[in-house]
Amino acid sequence: MTATAAASPAIETDGGTLRFPAGKALRLDSGARLDPLEIAYKTYGRLNEAKSNAILVCHALTMDQYVASPHPTTGRPGWWNRVVGAGLPLDPDRYFIICANVVGGCMGSTGPASTNPQTGEPYGLAFPVITIADMVRAQAMLVEALGIETLLAVVGGSMGGMQVLQWAADYPEKLYSAVCIAAAARHSAQNIAFHEVGRQAIMADPDWRGGAYEKAGVRPEKGLAVARMAAHITYLSEQALQRKFGRELQGDGLSWGFDADFQVESYLRHQGTSFVDRFDANSYLYITRALDYFDLAAQHGGVLAEAFRKARGVRFCVLSFSSDWLYSTAESRDIVRALNAAGCRASFVEVETDKGHDAFFLDEPQLDATLRGFFDATAHARGLR
Amino acid sequence: MSAIREDFREILRLVRPGARVLDVGCEDGELLELLSRERRVDGQGLEISQAGVSACLARGLAVVQGDGDRDLDHFPTRAFDYAILSKTLQQMREPRHVLSELLRIADQAIVSVPNFGHWRMRASLMTRGRMPETRALPDPWWSTPNIHLCTLRDFTDLCRELDLRVDACAALSGGKPARQIRPDGLLENWRSESALFLLSRRSEGQVGAVPKDLFGEVVLPQPEGVAPKRRTRAKT
Repeated sequence: MTATAAASPAIETDGGTLRFPAGKALRLDSGARLDPLEIAYKTYGRLNEAKSNAILVCHALTMDQYVASPHPTTGRPGWWNRVVGAGLPLDPDRYFIICANVVGGCMGSTGPASTNPQTGEPYGLAFPVITIADMVRAQAMLVEALGIETLLAVVGGSMGGMQVLQWAADYPEKLYSAVCIAAAARHSAQNIAFHEVGRQAIMADPDWRGGAYEKAGVRPEKGLAVARMAAHITYLSEQALQRKFGRELQGDGLSWGFDADFQVESYLRHQGTSFVDRFDANSYLYITRALDYFDLAAQHGGVLAEAFRKARGVRFCVLSFSSDWLYSTAESRDIVRALNAAGCRASFVEVETDKGHDAFFLDEPQLDATLRGFFDATAHARGLR
Repeated sequence: MSAIREDFREILRLVRPGARVLDVGCEDGELLELLSRERRVDGQGLEISQAGVSACLARGLAVVQGDGDRDLDHFPTRAFDYAILSKTLQQMREPRHVLSELLRIADQAIVSVPNFGHWRMRASLMTRGRMPETRALPDPWWSTPNIHLCTLRDFTDLCRELDLRVDACAALSGGKPARQIRPDGLLENWRSESALFLLSRRSEGQVGAVPKDLFGEVVLPQPEGVAPKRRTRAKT
């Protein structure tokens, strides 16, 4: 089970796929059940004797459990190896870091590409609609299976941040602290609208085949690429796009046609085509749906503070990026206001950057400093060395 | 403990042990850390600068990045026992609104203000005919962050208008120990360089009531080991 690949030779990594026995199916918000349930995960570092140093990292929409180790398909370094690693804010030498592929994902956890036990074929659209709370419920099962009662922290950005909020609402007693980065407590009309464009692009691809493309031996690559291109624009700020590409051309002049004349077009096309190599179109449909359905206040009588009512014992840290228009600072402030109203201990930082939503993965010293300060203080308060 | 700033020492004296404290403009969290250590308060900071916020986080303090002028609405009514605004009221765009917000959020406010009625100010204006530049207010008029200056009399007038009671007042000058004063005394308006006020709402007369949270529940202490600790009021 021990993996060999690691971001740094000093980091001890482990992980694998946990298969829950038939009796331990995942109950879903929709009323359906996922049985059998498999959760693919990675761990970094070692759980201490007191089991008090475990940190769960929740990944974003198109990410996976490869936080700090090379991606098995693309070979690219871990998506958060700027934060997780030796000498970094989340140091595996100190913490036991867990990251699991979300339910509905396509990197080993049960998702629409998994085999439907009823038919022996891939689920496709027979896969039940899942929610952020379902993802979190599955993570809680994993955490329990790993023998951990309380997580020192649960941390995530974007969709990962929404999972963090859901954790605080559903399992506050299992949390010591929670870090929510560039997220929102609900999906706005604009968020849903962009996702709908993406889903329609996938479903308009003739190779989608009503979701049964795998059986037909094809993949809706064009549709998925367009979905990714549209979404990718929302991850960048206007300023960052302008700074990176401006109106720069790819070649010597205009083609007087519809090739990728502009560098920004070429960049987006590359984002689209490289995405299809590592992501499943149906997973994209299901996970974007889960995001659209997310509205933490609605789950609590329309009052967001009610969601955090039992989380008074949790130390919260909320971060936003000044140029993020996907999940703006105003959304994070709403979360903080609700935390304060519920009497929770909350910190909030708006990182000044022009990099937009994606700043979460990028070189942002202020983000690193904030995370380091918060995790150090949290570990200290918890009595870790 | 000799290195404690005199205004901090006075605040430390005023704050009841175990209280819930909001420090507006908490900078690097020095005062909050002191209050946590010496008075075991349950502290929360509000700070505008990223550097200050990071420093607070590294000290293990709860801090919200924000602007006292704009973001006090983050905090629910009567969420704190004390709201502290040290030396920045005169830098606020709307000091009157900020002052009433402090006493919405907390049962008592600890506010310090430089006194523009201090004799150095008056003398400087009288003799030089220019905006005073003194040790308490050293910046020239065109770059000073202090946009809403007042005298002690002005400040106590505003408190009266907002129906606030002055529970305590101490004069502070330079590094000298705080001196308890009557804030409406004419002489003090000449000789106090700045003053620190402990204020409460006059009309409600509910100071000391058991705090309730948003849901109308009494906030009870939590078992040790799990932060944060919300305490019942020391005197009920």
